[in-house]
Amino acid sequence: MGNIGAKEVPTLLDAEGRRIDGRRLDELRPIQIRAGPLRQADGSAFVEWGANKVMAAVYGPREVHPRHLQQNTKAVIQCRYNMAAFSVDERKRPGIDRRSQEISKVIAEALDSVVFAEEFPRTSIDVYIEVLQANAGTRCAGLVAASVALADAGIPMADLLPAVAVGKVGGAIALDLKKEEDNFGEADLPMALVPQSGRLVLLQMEGHMTEPELAQALDLGVGGCRVIYEKMKAALRERYSVAPAAEEAAA
Amino acid sequence: MSEEVTAEILQTHILDLAADGRRMDGRGPDEYRAVSIQPGFVATADGSALVRLGETMVLAGIKLELGKPFPDTPNAGVLTTNAELVPLSSPTFEPGPPTPGAVEVSRVVDRSIRAAEVVDLASLCVTPGEKTWVCYVDVHMLGHAGNLIDAAQLAAVAALSGATVPAKRFGVADADYPLPIHHRPVECTFVRLGEAIVVDPTFDEERAAQGRLTVATDEAGRVVAMQKGSVGAFSPDDVKSVVRRAFVHGDRLRERLAEAGR
Repeated sequence: MGNIGAKEVPTLLDAEGRRIDGRRLDELRPIQIRAGPLRQADGSAFVEWGANKVMAAVYGPREVHPRHLQQNTKAVIQCRYNMAAFSVDERKRPGIDRRSQEISKVIAEALDSVVFAEEFPRTSIDVYIEVLQANAGTRCAGLVAASVALADAGIPMADLLPAVAVGKVGGAIALDLKKEEDNFGEADLPMALVPQSGRLVLLQMEGHMTEPELAQALDLGVGGCRVIYEKMKAALRERYSVAPAAEEAAA
Repeated sequence: MSEEVTAEILQTHILDLAADGRRMDGRGPDEYRAVSIQPGFVATADGSALVRLGETMVLAGIKLELGKPFPDTPNAGVLTTNAELVPLSSPTFEPGPPTPGAVEVSRVVDRSIRAAEVVDLASLCVTPGEKTWVCYVDVHMLGHAGNLIDAAQLAAVAALSGATVPAKRFGVADADYPLPIHHRPVECTFVRLGEAIVVDPTFDEERAAQGRLTVATDEAGRVVAMQKGSVGAFSPDDVKSVVRRAFVHGDRLRERLAEAGR
């Protein structure tokens, strides 16, 4: 793009193929998922993913607001993805900007693809995602949190939705970009997988990739999603499994 | 309720046809509608193009002004894209703040223009850190008969390709000159109808669709942007075949852009 005077591009990939934080190309950042941290919500989840911290809450099925959005044959899935003003280096103006609106839309559509919305006509299932600390990949972290929160709320759905961004950094296809890689890399491709059908319900891309690179990125992302899927299930099991000691006491 | 019933009957009909490889307007699954590009439609703009995809009609206009570069990119020009779904284009649009759908169209169009470097932003800088050209791409959707994303993106690229930098009017050079253009990305949108994936959906097909996928390709053989939208899912193999088809249609649309010329 010529010299546009942007900050100096850091070396994203060293001679041994290690990334800026020492990860291999196919390595995820550490992920911790907690189901049900919020008492007031019908369902909730907190995700710490690398340096991202994202909270999600689900309310509903409940009355639809605004009323005119109500649908007679199914529940509407409404999503609000919001970034806290202090979640990024330079303070973000509070409120929903165009980026947040678009992300809210694609996340709602992804969730709507797996939730059995026909079971709750004339209701709304409201999903709130608050990004508290951001370091690239917040829409994926938000979707993972939202999906676990929906399960925590007991909403019937076809599957959980693991999500991850794949990108191109220093000419190589890499899994789960962190901030520097997102800012200075050549491409970013967030996706969300329905593990049981193997289909993608969220897919976006920006940057440039050849056709073979894109195919490689899709395969790498699907693999990453399957790892995250296990962590999501584990978080729900941890929340709802009954400790063996308690079982014995009950018996 | 009656509208919902009609919508459901129509959806069933569209899906039944698609299962047979047919479509309501007689097209095949991989057939794009007739495309017309009319550059220079608006004389007051620094560049413009009216694009028709079948009955869908979109007008893009370019305006250039002098302004300050962003502090983090002092040597680059500024480019912003805005798409408006004006209420005259469809009975379903109402005046008011942009809907999430309109925001999505402008952001997806903007993404392809930015990622593919349609405009050489560095060349827009007049005085580093002080003064630069700010390029506004405004897209007006005039008739919504489906596939606004492709129509809007094609109109934006066509308008940029024929745009003039009004350097004389702003007193920074002795003559106006053509806006420097790098690449010509083209977006191509597909929808899933049952197991079929069809290109360039109509309004009714979009409403019946179980997932939408847009792929932007450029003349250098790169994929520069993608967007999956609406409720539905695509397998990785679906995505790969859609990308292949997007290159074929993209090259054809680029020929139409070249014919429309400067």
